[in-house]
Amino acid sequence: MIEIHNLSKQYDNQPLFKGLHLTITKGCVVTLIGPSGSGKSTLLRCMNGLESFQEGHISVNGQKLYGIHEQDYNKAQVPLTLKNIRRKVGMVFQQFNLFPHMTVLHNIIESPTHVLGISQAEAESSAISLLQKVHLEEKAHSYPDQLSGGQQQRVAIARSLAMKPEAILFDEPTSSLDPEMIEEVLAVIKDLVSEGMTTVIATHEMGFARDVSTDVVFLAKGEIVEHGSPKDIFCNPKNDRTRAFLNRFMK
Amino acid sequence: MDLSIIMNYKLLFTRSILLLQICLSVIYFSSTNSFAYQNTLEKIKSSGVLIWGFDADGGAPYVFHDLKHPSKLIGFEVELVEAIARELGVKVQHFQNAWDSILLSLQRGDFDIALNGIEIMPDREQAIQFTRPYYAYTEQIVIRDSDNRINRLEDLHGKKVGTLYNTVAKRMLEEMGNITISTYSGQVEPFKDLSLSRIDAVFVDSPIASYYAMPNPQLRLVGKPAGEGYYGIAVRKEDTALAEELNKIIEKLLRTGELQNIYSRWGLWNTAQEKLFLHEELLQKYTENLPSVSEKVSPSVTKFLPTLLKGAMVTVGISILSMMIAVGLGLILAIMRLYGNTWLQRISTAYIEIYRGTPLLIQLYILYYGLPNIGITLSAFAAAILGLGMNYAAYESEIYRAGIQSIPRGQTEAALSLGMSKRLALKRIILPQALRITIPPMTNDFIALFKDSSLVSVIAMVELTKSYSILASASMNFFKLGIITALLYFGMSYPLSLYARKLEKKLRLHDRNP
Repeated sequence: MIEIHNLSKQYDNQPLFKGLHLTITKGCVVTLIGPSGSGKSTLLRCMNGLESFQEGHISVNGQKLYGIHEQDYNKAQVPLTLKNIRRKVGMVFQQFNLFPHMTVLHNIIESPTHVLGISQAEAESSAISLLQKVHLEEKAHSYPDQLSGGQQQRVAIARSLAMKPEAILFDEPTSSLDPEMIEEVLAVIKDLVSEGMTTVIATHEMGFARDVSTDVVFLAKGEIVEHGSPKDIFCNPKNDRTRAFLNRFMK
Repeated sequence: MDLSIIMNYKLLFTRSILLLQICLSVIYFSSTNSFAYQNTLEKIKSSGVLIWGFDADGGAPYVFHDLKHPSKLIGFEVELVEAIARELGVKVQHFQNAWDSILLSLQRGDFDIALNGIEIMPDREQAIQFTRPYYAYTEQIVIRDSDNRINRLEDLHGKKVGTLYNTVAKRMLEEMGNITISTYSGQVEPFKDLSLSRIDAVFVDSPIASYYAMPNPQLRLVGKPAGEGYYGIAVRKEDTALAEELNKIIEKLLRTGELQNIYSRWGLWNTAQEKLFLHEELLQKYTENLPSVSEKVSPSVTKFLPTLLKGAMVTVGISILSMMIAVGLGLILAIMRLYGNTWLQRISTAYIEIYRGTPLLIQLYILYYGLPNIGITLSAFAAAILGLGMNYAAYESEIYRAGIQSIPRGQTEAALSLGMSKRLALKRIILPQALRITIPPMTNDFIALFKDSSLVSVIAMVELTKSYSILASASMNFFKLGIITALLYFGMSYPLSLYARKLEKKLRLHDRNP
């Protein structure tokens, strides 16, 4: 489904990724863990083209994004590739990024009606069922600033699902939430995962990562230090850095 | 472009602060005469200085800047005043003052005499007093040389005729009726518009007609001179001693032939000037026959209202149309600058810098009087809304740019990650949020534009401030009319701020970022 091949990226000559490889197969739930600044978010953002990179390529559903230094990279192709990738891969942000000038319902139907060309009525009825799925159907006509953080993030998930993606990227979805709201968001993600949605999550919620993941990737300083099943990583970490990181977190 | 633009600039700037003048006139009326000396003649003699009020931007051949030495003033009136000062045994001190308010400033005590082609009219004599005439003028028709339709005064019926405002010529045209009158404040502009066929004829005092039309092969004078009248020196009503002294000096200059010498040098001496020797009674008889403003327009303010309201309508129309241009063009410029390629960014930046860095007045002049040089002749109305609109577009675009940049990056990213194109994200997500942020500064600008619209009077548009200016200087009723005009402006701009405040509040309700 998603294949990252030899990814290299640098910020202002500061290298972050140096030839990173990762394959995410359909139906997998991959959690990216690691200290802040390890490149979890950046890796996610590279996957749907919100960040560019210098070398290597990322292939999503057969659509290839190339590093800007690649020789055979065709600039004219990029917008179309991005469009195809973004329609198949949804993203949920740490800061929710709901559109403040639209109601919850309009946040959800905006892209289906304007990008996919679905009729207003059809988009609204599927938006309502998505809101039921995230337990917010009564908030359809509220504005984002009338919702709590947890509610906003659930709307953001529904909004992303409205585009009928084949995979969803979660960029630290609970990091800016008050502790009492974290569970309601994680519950929604768990539901999604149980339906077989291909999911990549950057998170600091280790318990959650252990419970829902098929794969756990430990990143440090832009490098995949360890990659394995939750059991491998959490119960039997091979690398000292993984162990040190988990020890700090599990206390 | 020629120098007349620069020459006129000062006058126009003065006019642009007419609103300030309205306020000043309030102050002035409450303290009339407190500045005036008991005996101006004595003051002149003891100080050794005669302060002369004039408007150099009124132009040739009266008093104007020498194009070869722009700091020097020349003209037949300069020479006349110098001769008068010499007779008084004093020096001349210049006092540049907008012509429209020259009598008002005289009353205020800004200068001792006003001498600047001021026609002796009975209604003016209510406020100030005139000396005996120093020049006999007639009114003269000027047309394009190629035009055979107009041969005499009556032929002006149904035509578009340019004249200077607050003059006898304008009053004569008004009395004839059925003439579309274009009123100008500068003397150069009507002849330019005549050459450009924006008007069919110019009807002005003979010295102006001779000076501007004679050297221009495209134009010619037609018809018999009409509407004889006299220029006099204006002094304050109480300065009878000064007036008598000036009368003696004028008589002396007449008898010695010095006056004739001066006028001859400027090509202004003609047989009509012989009348200057005549008795005062003849003059008296002449002035009594002149139509008087005070007869035509009663001082009742309600009579002025229709004219002011008509001016207000023009102001509103110009403001709304030019704001529409400013908003549309400003948005395009902002988007070019933020999202365009290097060239579009450069074009937008250059546009903004040039339009912000040059005065609106110059821009209006170039649009209206400059573009015809390259074959583009805009109507006054089109030039007015384009000029204002293109100027304000520069300011609006910077407001929009700031507004767009203030929207968090996450908004664009969310939109893109939902499959929207950059264009769609801008249109549906970024601009709707950015535009509501810009409502307060846009309202500010709209109100500013609303008042700046008075500047378009320089290109022969009669809007509210110009209507006020015309009515006030004709009736000398600066106070009441000033209050009414200011109230009209306020009455139009205040509801706008109220509405914007309401709109802003309504939109802000759901515009807090999480």
